[in-house]
Amino acid sequence: MVGIKSFGAYIPWHRLDRQQFLKAWGGFAIPGERSVAYYDEDSVTMAVEASVNCVKDFDAQKIDGLYFATTSAPYKEKQSAATMALALNMRSDIRTTDFTTCLRCGSTAMLMAYDTIKAGSANSILVAAADCRVAAPSGMTEQSLGDGAAAFLLGNKDVVAEILWTYSISDDLVATWRGENDVFLRGWEERMVMDEGYSKIVPMAINGILKKSGMKKEDFTKIVFDPPGDARRHGKTASELGLNPAQLLDPLGLFMNMGMTGSAMAPQMLSLALETAKPGEKILYCGHGNGADVMILQVTDAITKLPQRRGLMKHLSVKKSYDNYESLLKWRDIVPLEAARRPDKQHIRMPATWRDRKVLLGLWGVKCRKCGQPQYDNGAMSTPPIRVCAKCQSQDDFDDYCFSGRTGTVFSYTHDQLAPVVDPPASIVLVEFDGGGRAFFDLTDRDPSEIKVGTRVEFTFRKLQLDRGLTNYFWKVRPTRF
Amino acid sequence: MAGSIKDRVAIVGMGCTRFGELWDKGPSELIVDAVTEAYKDAGVTSKDIQAAWVGTLFSGMGGRSLSEPLKLQYIPVTRVENACGSGHEAMRGAAYAVAAGICDVALAVGFEKLKDEGGSGLPGMENRSNTHYQSTPPGMFAMMATKYFEQYGLTPEAGKTMLAKISVKSHKNAVSNPKAHFRREITIEQVLNAPIIAWPLGLFDCCGVSDGAAAAILARPEIAKKLRPNPVYIKALQICASPASGRMTSDYDYAHVEEAYRGGIAAYKEAGIKEPRKEIGMAEVHDCFSITEAVTMEDLQFSQRGKVKEDIDAGFFEMTGGLPVQPDGGLKCFGHPIGASGIRMVYELYLQLLGRAGKRQIKNPKLGLAHNMGNEPYAPVVSICIVGL
Repeated sequence: MVGIKSFGAYIPWHRLDRQQFLKAWGGFAIPGERSVAYYDEDSVTMAVEASVNCVKDFDAQKIDGLYFATTSAPYKEKQSAATMALALNMRSDIRTTDFTTCLRCGSTAMLMAYDTIKAGSANSILVAAADCRVAAPSGMTEQSLGDGAAAFLLGNKDVVAEILWTYSISDDLVATWRGENDVFLRGWEERMVMDEGYSKIVPMAINGILKKSGMKKEDFTKIVFDPPGDARRHGKTASELGLNPAQLLDPLGLFMNMGMTGSAMAPQMLSLALETAKPGEKILYCGHGNGADVMILQVTDAITKLPQRRGLMKHLSVKKSYDNYESLLKWRDIVPLEAARRPDKQHIRMPATWRDRKVLLGLWGVKCRKCGQPQYDNGAMSTPPIRVCAKCQSQDDFDDYCFSGRTGTVFSYTHDQLAPVVDPPASIVLVEFDGGGRAFFDLTDRDPSEIKVGTRVEFTFRKLQLDRGLTNYFWKVRPTRF
Repeated sequence: MAGSIKDRVAIVGMGCTRFGELWDKGPSELIVDAVTEAYKDAGVTSKDIQAAWVGTLFSGMGGRSLSEPLKLQYIPVTRVENACGSGHEAMRGAAYAVAAGICDVALAVGFEKLKDEGGSGLPGMENRSNTHYQSTPPGMFAMMATKYFEQYGLTPEAGKTMLAKISVKSHKNAVSNPKAHFRREITIEQVLNAPIIAWPLGLFDCCGVSDGAAAAILARPEIAKKLRPNPVYIKALQICASPASGRMTSDYDYAHVEEAYRGGIAAYKEAGIKEPRKEIGMAEVHDCFSITEAVTMEDLQFSQRGKVKEDIDAGFFEMTGGLPVQPDGGLKCFGHPIGASGIRMVYELYLQLLGRAGKRQIKNPKLGLAHNMGNEPYAPVVSICIVGL
């Protein structure tokens, strides 16, 4: 039985009220708000967030592969899944790959993971889809987009939703695109691509899998397919297919509260469907984009045993609505800004981050065998590895000790206005970790006024620096809100 | 103590430039100015110098940074660096050479040319790992203020007011110091209303970033007595480096500086001091930030733990108090050209001991203590130098 063993989702904390677009540019504002990845987030960090939520309570060391799907990868050449695998503490003898360039790549990655497992090449594969697409300022596209991620653990036993059928369609209609040198999203005139693309392809795909499986649309509790750029077309297509509104998720609600998250949109909706799914339910899933990938899933009894996931529903309500459009321009590096009168940041030293990859990306520290003190060194003044115990000075007498997933308490903090950061002040905390050990970390996704000695924090994977095309990732902490 | 330096090294001459934004002076000129003053003061020439040490964090490399501007003729010259404590480190090199009997006369110089950088704060602080949290020095010291307030039950208002009084005092002292960077009195309200640099520290909680140089000529006591009737003697010179465990284990409370406490104990032992609050007559401490001065008063046992506020409120550290601190304005107002600061502190104590401090002269100052510190409060190198007649 091959299917989904677990799932998780992620939406950035920051939401921008779309009225702010109107305030900035005039014209028309779409109702609601959109999610905006913070300046230290990108598709990789969001995919790690969703993955962490997905593999919580599972042993990442036992997962045989990681498929990352995005149209907004930080690199044209250099795999992102490999970075994620380190951050998630997965093994190195696994299959990692990036699926990209197509809005349905998240769905394709899921189908490919299904086939990989079914073929016997892996027992389980983690699939994460995330997007952080950028539209040129002042258009409707920047209002309609959102940023987010979803992740699924697929495997061949203990599945919460068995994948019964898959089906795919390829279609070369150029609805949206970014060329080799495009920063911003481009799209063809909407009516044409809706009429000839979405409104034809989605029904074709859904009807195709129904025919292949011999099932009827009435057999499904939920029929999940993502809306196109014009979200109203989702309802139109549903009614043309003769679907019962009760079978549909509320894509308009997602559109109002989050925006269109590209390759993550359909996977996020599947997460939402699974969050409330009951044993025995059948789900029809379709992700579109240059064609469509379709799956039929059947929810199993195991879903009742899966501990509650950090899914989409909860993320929709955990948010900070902010009210200035300029932040979006700044966070996505769309406008040039006057540099702080501070020394230039040093170049990324690739050998140093490579050498310490397990410590930095995997958050591995040590625990002294003599005195039991857990300790972590993020390479501040001295550098890892820890060879001498900070507590009892024993040398080379440690067990590995992972800080990943650990929570902690703010021991002290500052909000530094002098540090040259994208969204000052730089909030720095000294964290006391539950179970022992302390370390300094950047605090992100924070409202400075809410931070106190004693504030509870958790880890979040973030982008630290972009230098000569290299992106440097590390962990920060944020106030615990779940 | 078998290896005590007490009374084995005399200071026979000192010099110090004006500190500030010295746009028209380069590092070499600052060095020559400070050392020339010291030569004249001691009545020696460069030919009398048998070895030299120079402390700078950012502004020079190698002994050449000193031997070249002074055209020292083929003698041993060493550049030392101990973060913001580089000034004391240069003195330590020279003092130990003299105490060991290897040199009769040695020169210690500290200098820094910071204002060529064109930025605020210190240069080069980004020279760390790619995953270092994005802090500045004010941020790291601000976290000590956050914790001090929390640990001793001070509201942010009460804590900031306590710190404000420290800066107000230093500004007042610096008015009568012609070499100080900032020579203007300020009010508590100005301090409290100033822009925040790193919460809870505001602009006036932070010391000046300055250019400058300072120099000391050290000699064996027998030589010193020939050069001047009243040489000043080094009574203690201790240095204490942190294992930096405080950022990894819970033993450190982040409301004091352990290295200052331990360095103080070692220095008091070396100098034979039993009751520092009574025996030390004046102090120049490393007040890079107001909170640093506050906790240093406790670390050096001038005030009881958690009780420095009482002494500050009582004016104990003011010029009219029982133990004047920063009579020259301190790092806060004299300024902080990194490598120069440690020697500048001793320069002020030296002037006071010789009765040459002019309007800010302390009556019968007895022993003076200089406290020089480098790096963050949880992981510093602290140096303590006690001098007296």
